Amino acid sequence: MKSPIKVLLASAGALATVITFAGCSASPGAASNEKVSITVASLIPGSSKEAFAAFNARVKEFEKANPNITLKTEEYQWTGPTFSTQLAGGTLPDVFNVPFTDSKTLLQNGQLADITSEVKALPYASKFNKNVLSVAEDSSGKIYGLPYGPYAMGLSYNRAIFEKAGLDPNKPPTTWDEIRADAKIISEKVPGVAGYMQMTSKNTGGWELATTTYARGGRLETTDSSGKTTVKTDNPQTKAALQFLKDVRWTDNSAGSNFLLDWSGMNQAFGAGQVAMYPSGSDVLTSLVQTDNVSPKDYGLTTLPLTGTGAGVLSGGNVAAVSVKSTAAQKAAAVKWIDFYYIQQLVDKTQTVAAAKVLAASNQPVGVPTLPVFDQATYDQQQQWIKSEVNIPLSNVAPFTSKIFSSPIVPEPNKNTQELYGALDAVVQAVLTDKNADVDTLLKGVDSQIQALVDAGN
Amino acid sequence: MTTLERRTEGQLERRPDGQRRHRYSPVTWVRGGGLTNLVFLLPLLIVFGVFSWTPIVEAVVMSVQHTNLVTPATFVGVNNFVQVFKDPLFWTAVRNTGLFALLALIFGYPLPLILAVLMSEVRKAKGLFSALAYLPVVVPPVVAVLLWKFFYDASPTGVFNTVLHWVGIAPQPWIQNATSAMPSLVLEATWAAAGGTIIIYLAALTGVAPELYDAAEVDGSSIWQKIWHVTLPQLRGVLLVTLILQIIGTSQVFLEPFLFTNGGPANATVTILQLIYRYAFENSLGGNYGAATALSILLALFLAILSFVYFRITKSWSDN
Repeated sequence: MKSPIKVLLASAGALATVITFAGCSASPGAASNEKVSITVASLIPGSSKEAFAAFNARVKEFEKANPNITLKTEEYQWTGPTFSTQLAGGTLPDVFNVPFTDSKTLLQNGQLADITSEVKALPYASKFNKNVLSVAEDSSGKIYGLPYGPYAMGLSYNRAIFEKAGLDPNKPPTTWDEIRADAKIISEKVPGVAGYMQMTSKNTGGWELATTTYARGGRLETTDSSGKTTVKTDNPQTKAALQFLKDVRWTDNSAGSNFLLDWSGMNQAFGAGQVAMYPSGSDVLTSLVQTDNVSPKDYGLTTLPLTGTGAGVLSGGNVAAVSVKSTAAQKAAAVKWIDFYYIQQLVDKTQTVAAAKVLAASNQPVGVPTLPVFDQATYDQQQQWIKSEVNIPLSNVAPFTSKIFSSPIVPEPNKNTQELYGALDAVVQAVLTDKNADVDTLLKGVDSQIQALVDAGN
Repeated sequence: MTTLERRTEGQLERRPDGQRRHRYSPVTWVRGGGLTNLVFLLPLLIVFGVFSWTPIVEAVVMSVQHTNLVTPATFVGVNNFVQVFKDPLFWTAVRNTGLFALLALIFGYPLPLILAVLMSEVRKAKGLFSALAYLPVVVPPVVAVLLWKFFYDASPTGVFNTVLHWVGIAPQPWIQNATSAMPSLVLEATWAAAGGTIIIYLAALTGVAPELYDAAEVDGSSIWQKIWHVTLPQLRGVLLVTLILQIIGTSQVFLEPFLFTNGGPANATVTILQLIYRYAFENSLGGNYGAATALSILLALFLAILSFVYFRITKSWSDN
């Protein structure tokens, strides 16, 4: 007679085998006209009803045009912590977005699907701005996503608060000294408002410090001709950027009282009228309207002052990517959706106007400043197409748009970027919370810490 | 074994009373109810196996691997442990966790005991006081932290700063300053957790024989003498358990630093669990799960050794 334990083990083994085979048989084929269902990232959690209505309208249009594809939508916001676990756990949407900062690392890690053949079949495949597309390519030229919505960093400001403080919102500050002076006036005349503040938490402190360092002509990492990357945050421009922050905080007392702000926290504070000026992506207005109740008429955007040799504007953007766990059929459907939702509105007049109309009908901002994904001519053409649908006061962002296309655009540091930003968070926080913070020592510590990671290839 | 005779296969055993029974076999095991026991035990074994033991074993394996949970894992030996020890933030996290545990011990450990003793002396509305004490435990932790974030608003109009203003004290930075951040977190954590411990102490206090207090009173003891000579000795068993539970709990503090400060300002509140979280999810895209599990295992080992030593040291006291 068999031992009951053996019987149980044998039964469990048989069950596991059945489940395994069932899992294998569930893998669909890749026929192009078969019914396929994919999950796509919709909007960030907390977006307004109107924003979701606009998104859902686009989904319906897509499903009408592609009857064999069913879309399931899922609220999504890129964060490092959730991404890797969602991917590993199989709960990541088939189509999602990742920031430029991270796309290279993710594709090298094998965490993004190779969609080269699908992208090459698109009519505009060769028209991409090479520098922009490179964020989604590996060294052999394979494509792992399509870039969209590239932005340049600017200075967002609250026009209503400017007026309250007796400042002219049509003449935003153009030098760092003017930013500091205006911030001081605002904090003195409008109690409880931080005249100027930067993000400090969840790696955004480092991101914004990189922005203000670039604006002064500095760089945080340099790569020589042999490909060796040197981390050098201990440089005069970064120190100047930190000194500026220190002056705003400790000399002028115009940085407010909350020094632990991440991206969402800062946007909330700006939307609540607690912060008057902060460095942001040029496209942040969309999120400010969708989640923070900011009125476009109260919003202003200007360029960050560029000083010194090599000064440039830090740029970023998003890559629409496909889950590495998607099947071939899902991958093909996913690229169709990316083409429809993210790219067509940049290259096809009908789609561009349709997308803008849907947004405008839902009171979503149309005309938010971004950078060209393709060449400048395509970008200008697209701006012309949507001209009649633009619903934000373009004069409010004119201080930015009038200058940005003549400013040098510089990509983010490319090695261990998130670790670098995370380490710099602590430095920025130290400057804002400790009057006697030893910046030299702190920056040297960051250099050695991140250089070790770069050298180790982690 | 002196009373039982050793038999060869198939022979019967003779018990001291002279009766005979079959030697142990699977059949006797099943007839004796073994299978039934196993079937009843099975759900528990499966749940523990799947949700508790398997992850532990997987964590141990992962601690010697480099993996992003998507591409195949590679064996890296003790590299993850070396990486953890070389990380300057590791020692910062150890220091911060130690500070949190110490502050929680100084302020958070005696408070529930004091409150429980006071509440046990209350004649009327004892239930109301118990409910009030336990209320913070019922509030979802995230909600509690959001609430306390308002309290800790560092502007002069913040809740606590307004109260301080009434008594002529200048606004405090609370969680916005490296020095005051950790005590602020301990204060909230004590508020949030004290209720549970108070209920345990109140239950234990009901087990103290009233005659002991009567005897002490006859001997002319003051209330403090009664607490010192009667209450505390009678509660020592419970006190010992709550002490080690508190040490283990505070060594694994995560929620408060994560939600209040995310480890800031300037890493002043980064704790070991938060560092584990950062390794796994925050900094390294794709996750440095190897370093995260390595540090988890180090922490688990430390706490296991600490608990063992603690119970060895306090065994005699507890028994007596």
